[in-house]
Amino acid sequence: MIPELGHFALILALAIALALGVLPLWGAARGDAALLGIARPAARLQFALVAGAFACLAWAFAENDFSVTYVAQHSNSHLPLIYRLTAVWGSHEGSLLLWGLMLTGWTAAVSFSRRLPEVFAARVLGVLGLVNAGFLTFLLFTSNPFIRLLPGAAEGNDLNPLLQDPGMVAHPPLLYMGYVGFSVAFAFAIAALLEGRFDAAWARQSRPWTLTAWLFLTLGITLGSGWAYYELGWGGWWFWDPVENASFIPWLLGTALIHSLAVTEKRGAFKGWTILLAIGAFSASLLGTFLVRSGVLTSVHAFAADPSRGVFILALLVAVIGSSLLLYAWRVPRLEGGGLFSDVSRETALLINNVLLAVVTATVLLGTLYPLLIDVLGTTKLSVGPPYFEVVFVPLMTPVVVVMVVAPFLRWKRHALPAIVRQLWLPFAASLVIGLAGAWGVGVFSVRGVLGLSLATWVFLASLQLLQQRLRGTPAASAVSRLADIPAAWWGMWLAHIGIGVFIVGVTFVKGLEQNADVAMKVGDSAQLAGYRFTLQGIDEISGPNYTAIQGRVQLWRGNQLVSMLTPQKRVYTANNMQMTEASIDAGLFRDVYVSLGDAPTPDAWVLRLYYKPFVRWIWAGCLLMALGGLCAALDSRYRKRNKSEAA
Amino acid sequence: MKLKALIPLIVFVALAILLGWSLRHDPRLIPSPLINKPAPEFALPVLHQPDTQMTLADMRGKVWLLNVWASWCVSCRDEHPVLLEFSKRQLIPIIGLDYKDKRDDALAWLNQFGDPYTNSIMDTAGRVGIDFGVYGVPETFLIDKQGRIRYKFTGPLNADSLEHVLLPHIKELQGA
Amino acid sequence: MPRFLIALLLAWSCLAQGAEVSESSLDARVSHITEQLRCLVCQNESIAESQADLAKDLRRQVREMLTAGKSEKEVRDYMVERYGDFVLYDPPLQTSTLLLWLSPAVLAILALGVFARTLVRRRKAPAATPDAAALAKARALLADPKDEK
Repeated sequence: MIPELGHFALILALAIALALGVLPLWGAARGDAALLGIARPAARLQFALVAGAFACLAWAFAENDFSVTYVAQHSNSHLPLIYRLTAVWGSHEGSLLLWGLMLTGWTAAVSFSRRLPEVFAARVLGVLGLVNAGFLTFLLFTSNPFIRLLPGAAEGNDLNPLLQDPGMVAHPPLLYMGYVGFSVAFAFAIAALLEGRFDAAWARQSRPWTLTAWLFLTLGITLGSGWAYYELGWGGWWFWDPVENASFIPWLLGTALIHSLAVTEKRGAFKGWTILLAIGAFSASLLGTFLVRSGVLTSVHAFAADPSRGVFILALLVAVIGSSLLLYAWRVPRLEGGGLFSDVSRETALLINNVLLAVVTATVLLGTLYPLLIDVLGTTKLSVGPPYFEVVFVPLMTPVVVVMVVAPFLRWKRHALPAIVRQLWLPFAASLVIGLAGAWGVGVFSVRGVLGLSLATWVFLASLQLLQQRLRGTPAASAVSRLADIPAAWWGMWLAHIGIGVFIVGVTFVKGLEQNADVAMKVGDSAQLAGYRFTLQGIDEISGPNYTAIQGRVQLWRGNQLVSMLTPQKRVYTANNMQMTEASIDAGLFRDVYVSLGDAPTPDAWVLRLYYKPFVRWIWAGCLLMALGGLCAALDSRYRKRNKSEAA
Repeated sequence: MKLKALIPLIVFVALAILLGWSLRHDPRLIPSPLINKPAPEFALPVLHQPDTQMTLADMRGKVWLLNVWASWCVSCRDEHPVLLEFSKRQLIPIIGLDYKDKRDDALAWLNQFGDPYTNSIMDTAGRVGIDFGVYGVPETFLIDKQGRIRYKFTGPLNADSLEHVLLPHIKELQGA
Repeated sequence: MPRFLIALLLAWSCLAQGAEVSESSLDARVSHITEQLRCLVCQNESIAESQADLAKDLRRQVREMLTAGKSEKEVRDYMVERYGDFVLYDPPLQTSTLLLWLSPAVLAILALGVFARTLVRRRKAPAATPDAAALAKARALLADPKDEK
């Protein structure tokens, strides 16, 4: 009965979404206040309905209702409750429902914003309603999670063991918050195109939404990377896998967008470009959905393929992106103009970074889709993997980071070139020296090593310099209050840029200094790696709630000091007989030591995969700093002011 | 409407066409580079008489099928009755390559489900499999009189693919 | 600032110790090659990473070939002969990959061209309308939607 309620709630939500997608937009075009008034209540109602449907599905999982096909396929009565609940989004149908929940959630959140003019809000909500209607149709007609299984199964197939992990509890919701959050920026852009209202206030209203979506996407990607690191069992943190690229492309466009929005707000420039990026970021999210769910690309973490779903998402893609780009082509020539700036100015710096980020995005997209292109054109197949992306990514991103360091020192409109050179040459030279010396001292003396360390050092020194600049001429006693006066948005920028530096340090050291070895060991054997000694103390058989495992006890020694006891596992999940490697990690600020259990080449020996990963945590720490920066910026009090006619 | 403003739309349309097209392609199917090239040489023990060896040269002058299978392979079980039925028509010799298997398991399997093979050989270490570029059992190679690989079918054959995909290729080679 | 430097130095000194122990060169070469080969069974894992049976066999094959004195290129060719270009994660520069390898550079040049053109056009603008900047500012101050058209 409960699943039917959920099913029914979804159908109602679709009806409401259609009404929301049509009536307020119609009302905005005709100036009909009654139709406009529908927007806000309808947005909240559809959220309540989808939330209800979601709760019904969660209930079916919690109660082990195996007469629901989706539950029978992806759960099991021995699965711990927490994983039964996260299994709701463990596969295609449920994760799409989660997507719908997020989408209606963002829509409802917009409906509570009182700062938007009534007509504009109605248009934004209407556009979101249309997107919602598309997704709910997709959900109901190709991927309904409430379909009954008759007769019901006695026991479920169990959740994919890869997903039985704390990282998976949070990764998809965060990622979808990001993907779907860009729908708000998208709706703002479409509403602006429809209305022709495109001013500083528009950009300012759009910024906190965009920043929030971006920060969630950043967190989602970070968590996914961390999950892959310890769950896939070979210590990689980024694989340039199509599915990862599918999340990275919207992130790159979103990054360009938050910077472009800043220029549009402060200086009224780049309007058309900002609109295009807003459409692009959400389109990239939809494209990612297509790539992940249609089965056209193989990946370590793709969903089960179903061509009919592929056709449907493609249709949705064409409808949403095609119509908005048509609208863009029709309306955008009117948006020319904006504030003037000289060749050396913050506008120029932000423009060039936007242009470069667009090139990076296009390159990642091309690399991801190139195997498809070749497959479609000819009879052969090829692969584009990490070596390609690493070769092209670093040269393209290096100038982005350089400009990122310089830009905050530049004034809007005009800055004298000699002045900026005088200001920046010393820390730049110092970074180069530190980078060279450091890379040589540490043993990463390669182009990449020197480049990475110099860039990171420069990011850090420049950040200190920026702070010092802010405090110049302030007596020490009032320094704190001076710092407190700096707007939160500035702190956000500062933190996020430092995050990039921290990230670069992590990548440079991991790439340059990581070590690994596969060693066949018997109980009592020892192996050496990177100054650590690994002693296999024993192998135990243990059992968990829904799996059995063999667990190695590995002592990690440094000299005569016992650093820690590592317990890598190899699990076999009983319901579907799937094997999983659970790595054991001794984590540290400056290095991780990572052990995973391989096969048994002979009955009394096991292959241990040993990894030494210097500074690997800095990669995620850098990403978290970026997200924190996004949070600071999104919370800037400027965005909470009600007055829409204030100065830009 | 300026042409410049249409560029994003044009790019997107091209992308959508590519995506639509790609929906009809199976990403897991990898074409073999060995087609129309001489089959790799091998000398492997015969399953039923492990003391004797069979080589590629033994099949020269015949059009024949090399079917890669294993007792541990689940989808081979689906393919097996189809192959068994086909072998009764005696259209073409079928050599079974028992890939990375244990001899006892393989013999038991053939006893239980029937033996469609003219002859069976054992590739216990999987080296000949690597030479043939085997990546997913079962796989079926069609080899011509000169010992060249002319066609490869990846995955389990069913009655339909056998009749309409493989058989026309066989007929064409046998006619030549 | 000094604290930051100390942290950095500390980090480096602890790393320098780690770097002394290097792995045996055969192991390194095997993993260097197999990391760039794509596993065909599980797809989107490299042969170095994959736990699939075939990947294990291919790792062994690579090791044997290197021990026998084969070069890295010979090993790669060996794989391509059997499995096609698909196994190479690092697609070689050939006609089918020309677009892939050239377009990042072409795109970057194109984008910089557009960027330069934008700047040149911007530079011309102030001469034509000397007080346009002030106008734009006034417009922004008013923030009247109608004014933007």
